[in-house]
Amino acid sequence: MSAVDVKAPANGATARLSLLAGARWRWYEIAFWIVVPSLYFLAPTKLTLLSEILILGLLALSIDLVLGFAGIVTLGQGGFFGLGAYAAALMAKWGAGTAPLSDPLLGLAVAAGVAGIAGFLTSFLVLRGSDLTRLMVTLGLALIVDETANKMKWLTGGSDGLQGVLPAPVLGVWDFDLYGRVAFCYALAVLFVLFLVARQITKSPFGLSLQAIKGNPLRARTIGMPVNARLVAIYTIGAMFAGVAGGLLAQTTQFASPDMVAFHRSADALLILIFGGAGYLYGGLIGAGVFRVMQDILSNITPQYWQFWLGLVLLMLVLFVRGGILGLLRATRDRFFPPSSDKAAP
Amino acid sequence: MTVVLETRNLCKSFGGITATDNVTFKLEAGARHALIGPNGAGKTTFVNQLSGVLSPTSGTIILNGQDITNWSVRRRATSGLARTFQINQLFADFTPLQTILLAITERENAGSQWWRTSGARSDFVDESVTLLTSLGLADVMQQRVGSLAYGRQRLLEIAIAVAAKPSVLLLDEPAAGVPESDRDQILDVVDSLSADVALVLIEHDMDLVFRFAKSISVLVNGALFVEGTPAEIANDPRVRQVYLGEEELLHV
Repeated sequence: MSAVDVKAPANGATARLSLLAGARWRWYEIAFWIVVPSLYFLAPTKLTLLSEILILGLLALSIDLVLGFAGIVTLGQGGFFGLGAYAAALMAKWGAGTAPLSDPLLGLAVAAGVAGIAGFLTSFLVLRGSDLTRLMVTLGLALIVDETANKMKWLTGGSDGLQGVLPAPVLGVWDFDLYGRVAFCYALAVLFVLFLVARQITKSPFGLSLQAIKGNPLRARTIGMPVNARLVAIYTIGAMFAGVAGGLLAQTTQFASPDMVAFHRSADALLILIFGGAGYLYGGLIGAGVFRVMQDILSNITPQYWQFWLGLVLLMLVLFVRGGILGLLRATRDRFFPPSSDKAAP
Repeated sequence: MTVVLETRNLCKSFGGITATDNVTFKLEAGARHALIGPNGAGKTTFVNQLSGVLSPTSGTIILNGQDITNWSVRRRATSGLARTFQINQLFADFTPLQTILLAITERENAGSQWWRTSGARSDFVDESVTLLTSLGLADVMQQRVGSLAYGRQRLLEIAIAVAAKPSVLLLDEPAAGVPESDRDQILDVVDSLSADVALVLIEHDMDLVFRFAKSISVLVNGALFVEGTPAEIANDPRVRQVYLGEEELLHV
């Protein structure tokens, strides 16, 4: 029974196609995933930097899930990143020589698990309060992880960092090499798989409900949506993603230190996401690339003042372009190729 | 007739101000009830307590025989109580199609599925399109909600509530702020709502009230002033005085 008398015939099939079209792979997405792996051949001397960019991109992607889609402002992803880094590093250290324990994929699973548990437990603190409260709570949590890593010298090596991190070969075949070839391929493969998961999440009913909560939490509740459960879920997933990113960095650099948990991690990753464009999925990845390359170039030109120029570019982007680099690209596209119908694209 | 929604001695005060004053109220299944009263009579405060947005200072709210006084907004919504807002509460970046699909998906407890693509359930999409069509929103269902005309947004506000298939529907001034030319469409939609749903209409507009309501409650200063059929209310000298008194003030 319907609450409204049905009068007119409906064209559900067209509507369904248009909804499903939102999940189709676009040409620029396919291009992106062709270009990135080909960097292996195009820039063989820059693989270490590229791996770092991929990992930073994954961390920014984790923030995109939480902030860009669900609207939770966070400065604490660095904390989960650090937990994941230490978890994977300790697995590789303790398990050195005994292959099953130091297996990189197992290390990542543990990193995701540890960060996920921490994310789940702290998500309840983030449910309450305004953006400012969330910012402070997440920042505080990351600082606690940072300081704990510093103080628990017996476990983490304190400020000297954790030495002797020797992960086993990936899948028992590919050993991490000095040129970062395996590291790059490994980081790229993990990033791609997690990207597919993130993409599926955002195109699903769950993803749509997160965007609804971001848009209007009161309305979301009045249509019967379990808003808190959804936020807990995405915050936990975001923490797991950040944990895997941290694990990747520890494994590929064979090192873990409090620097991996430090505040600038969270801040950089948030900057990168805003820079690239939040809510697009690709914003974090593209932002990470542009950010690190710009950092590299600027610090070569003006070793002392590069941060000034970085800040200036960032300021311009935030002041004059909504949605970062991808927002700029979309606005340009819409200007020269206006969309055929006035479709919304959340 | 069975009572679907009831309040007993409901009170709500904000500091020293009593916004709801000992309201005992009954709504029967399939009712067409209007809640009227001058500005500031506490109509929206009352509805906010019914839907759980505000919690009452004292008193009880009963939905389908269950005490829901301490239930969350969400639990009430999933138990058959739907509402619209006086000020639109919409998802500006969604399309009407996405909005209604979301509401139906939540009603069917499928909102946490992450492995499916949104729009994959053709039954949900068909129902969304049918509902939007019946409310005259078919032509704009692919447009951004934030860019729709105000009258269309008001219709979508009603559509979201209807999508939940509620047993009780609270309409908070559905025609408020809608230009004269679009009002008839909203009145028609309110008229065409299923007879299974008990409706409470909070309204200033007397045309709409007398056209639609089979019973009326008048709220003054947070308290139930008088209840009756439209004819009784229209001829009640005390109600006239309440409204005339206000009109005199308005027209000075």
